[in-house]
Amino acid sequence: MTENPFDMPGKDINWCPGCGNYKVLDAVKGALHELDIDRKNLVMVSGIGQAAKMPQYINAHMFNGLHGRALPVAMGVKLSNRNLVVIAESGDGCMYGEGGNHFLHAIRRNYDITVIIHDNMVYGLTKGQASPTSQMGMKTPVQVNGVMLEPFNPIAVALALDAPFIARASIGDTDETKEIIKQAIQFKGCSIVDVFQPCVIFNKQNTYKWFKENTYYLPEDYDPADRKHAFEKAIETEKLPLGVLYRQDGRELYEDLLAIPDTPAYEHKVSEEAFEKLLAEYR
Amino acid sequence: MAHNYSNDIAVVFGGAAGQGVQTIADALVKVLKKNRCYVFACTEFMSRIRGGSNSTQIRITDKKRSAYVRRIDFLFALNAEALDHLRDRIGEETLVFAEKAGMEGKDISGVIDTPFAAYAKQAGNLIFSNTVAVGVVLGLLDLPVDAFSAYLTEQFAAKGEEVVSQNITAATLGYEFGRKTAQTEGISVTLSRALKPDPELLLDGNTAMGIGTVAGGCNFISSYPMSPGTGLLTFLARKAGDFNIVVDQAEDEISAINAALGASYAGARAVVTTSGGGFALMEEGVSLAGAIETPVVVHIGQRPGPATGLPTRTEQGDLNLALYAGHGEYSRVIFAPGSFAQAIDVMQRAFDLADRYQTTVLVLTDQFFLDAVASVRESDIVRRPVVSHIVKTDDSYKRYAFTDDGLSPRGVPGYGDGIVKVDSHEHDESGHLTENFGLRRGMVEKRLTRLEALGREALMPERFGPAESETVVVSWGSNRGLLEEALDTLGRDDLSGLHFSQLFPLHPAVRKLLENRKVVVCENNATGQFADLLSRDTGVHVAKRILKATGEPFCIEEIVNALEED
Repeated sequence: MTENPFDMPGKDINWCPGCGNYKVLDAVKGALHELDIDRKNLVMVSGIGQAAKMPQYINAHMFNGLHGRALPVAMGVKLSNRNLVVIAESGDGCMYGEGGNHFLHAIRRNYDITVIIHDNMVYGLTKGQASPTSQMGMKTPVQVNGVMLEPFNPIAVALALDAPFIARASIGDTDETKEIIKQAIQFKGCSIVDVFQPCVIFNKQNTYKWFKENTYYLPEDYDPADRKHAFEKAIETEKLPLGVLYRQDGRELYEDLLAIPDTPAYEHKVSEEAFEKLLAEYR
Repeated sequence: MAHNYSNDIAVVFGGAAGQGVQTIADALVKVLKKNRCYVFACTEFMSRIRGGSNSTQIRITDKKRSAYVRRIDFLFALNAEALDHLRDRIGEETLVFAEKAGMEGKDISGVIDTPFAAYAKQAGNLIFSNTVAVGVVLGLLDLPVDAFSAYLTEQFAAKGEEVVSQNITAATLGYEFGRKTAQTEGISVTLSRALKPDPELLLDGNTAMGIGTVAGGCNFISSYPMSPGTGLLTFLARKAGDFNIVVDQAEDEISAINAALGASYAGARAVVTTSGGGFALMEEGVSLAGAIETPVVVHIGQRPGPATGLPTRTEQGDLNLALYAGHGEYSRVIFAPGSFAQAIDVMQRAFDLADRYQTTVLVLTDQFFLDAVASVRESDIVRRPVVSHIVKTDDSYKRYAFTDDGLSPRGVPGYGDGIVKVDSHEHDESGHLTENFGLRRGMVEKRLTRLEALGREALMPERFGPAESETVVVSWGSNRGLLEEALDTLGRDDLSGLHFSQLFPLHPAVRKLLENRKVVVCENNATGQFADLLSRDTGVHVAKRILKATGEPFCIEEIVNALEED
């Protein structure tokens, strides 16, 4: 493999030793390089949290915004220049907690972006509280008697909204994760990739070993076009399925529904003819 | 008893939502403008879709006026509730027109029985009652009915000839009734019909804001509906195709401002529109705009708070919200246009300043302003060139490179070879997060330095009355017409007015205009927010505050009264 243009050699990285984020970073950069994406044409959008720092370590455009708000930003970018490749990524708290409403409505709109959620089932940067995906019973400084609520099921929610591309990966398997991310980036539409990863500091329960033992890959003859079957898979709890659970190509994009032109917004000119016509309406 | 009116007539229509008060007003202002009368209309309505009691005032004057008067000359009550609703504005000189049939048991003493429904049915359908009403007004004013017939012909062309001719019959019946009543009641009206067909545009506040927005080169809006800010969103939605504007209805206001910042980062000229409550939700986004130095224009159509407050009423209570919005310290600009021509100009300035200074520009209006209707001389409409300040980047590009004026050249992704990184964390010149205190100090200064240049470019207030006066009356935003007319009415040498259409930052020369004079500030809120800002930023003492926070606009009479004491 040639040198990866997305690398930032020598960059100081703020993650803890052994953090799953390093492997997600490798998988994403690997996918981008193998797909031969032009880094000058790639915008990485993120929210806040340890996962959301990832674009700091990728040599490409970056909008590292507010907690929970990666998706509206990503939409604004995509609708203003549809030629850009836009990836929104953040943690489970950012995407499913603080930004839950945006998650629902990004899927409904279906603009062409890739959404990568680092799902470590805990809040890391704020020191170990429950996240929406924390498993029941997990004790934390806030959930002192253990998490009492059922975890949020992003896959089932995305399916209910008929997201056209829904996948789940586990970062213990970096190569498999990279392949899934490649498919997601290539997909035209809103693609959702939930990536299991351990938090080595604050989640002693969902470790590399736990993810290995509690997941399985969908078989080769699995048909991702079958939404009902995907639902059955999405609500499994014994062992959690990995791979592309659902895929429906050809869904109309928001940017097409809005008739967004290929010319980027920064080339916008006010039509004098339209302006004259506008004033004439009120004479 | 004779009733003489000369060149300043206040007509009010009152009725329930859904009864067509607005339809009547829309038709009448257009027809009056065609008859070369100066018109000004303002509306008050309840937060409900049907029923309640709403009213619209139309002033017909010999010069440009844009203020609300409490006095009513002709009141058209479309139901009995309208009489109750407007009872305390009915004076001895008010002529009240209502159809007595259907108002049995109500206090209708002194009402001139006006057969709106009876004539409408005679013309073919009860639905023409509004047409009858407009006809009556034209008859009372002794204006030719032709312009109205032409309006009806155009308006109802799609519905077929029969509907057009029935409407014209209804208009004629109303008109003849109006003429006859003028004679029997001794009503005499003098109208100088001074409006020059220059040409003049008939606009409402929302349209003026919309025209300024497209002229400013806006090409992106994401917003969540909230009265009275929604009008700009619907205007841009109607014009999206003509002007290549991306229009997104956001799932919430937080999404709206973040989408606007994403769009602006990618090179769009983005706006969001909302009211105080929605803007409160956007505050973290405003802070983000400050941190990442990304341009955005925010329109806040004010209404009375706190919380839901009075959703369809008016107030100037959100200046402090705009001034202090968002955590942390950074620059911003606040405008508050006072006329429709100013709104068109200010919106263009807003996009230009936002782009040039990589800052947030907040534009404050209110329900009174947005729903009002007035004519604007086309030659008063200023066009500013749309100049983009986006640069093509090279591979050494740093988004936050330190410069003398604090402004780094702004690149956008995909234009040039550079990488554009923006970050809500404190960052270094390349946009990567940092906790270096030296860099932090530099960035804080960078974000604030531009305020000085923005102050030097600030719009000076507009003066009404004598240059040297003992007392100066200050107001802002939608009170421009009020200030102008009140001072005109008083006509005193010792009294002048200053109207501010830019509230922050203030031009350094503002202080000189206020020093050693008695300063009276008049604003539509409970505490005097602009008076406080003026004292804070110029050091002048505000001697008196004229305030109102009932949910209604000021009327000329109360300002004249309040100033007579000074």
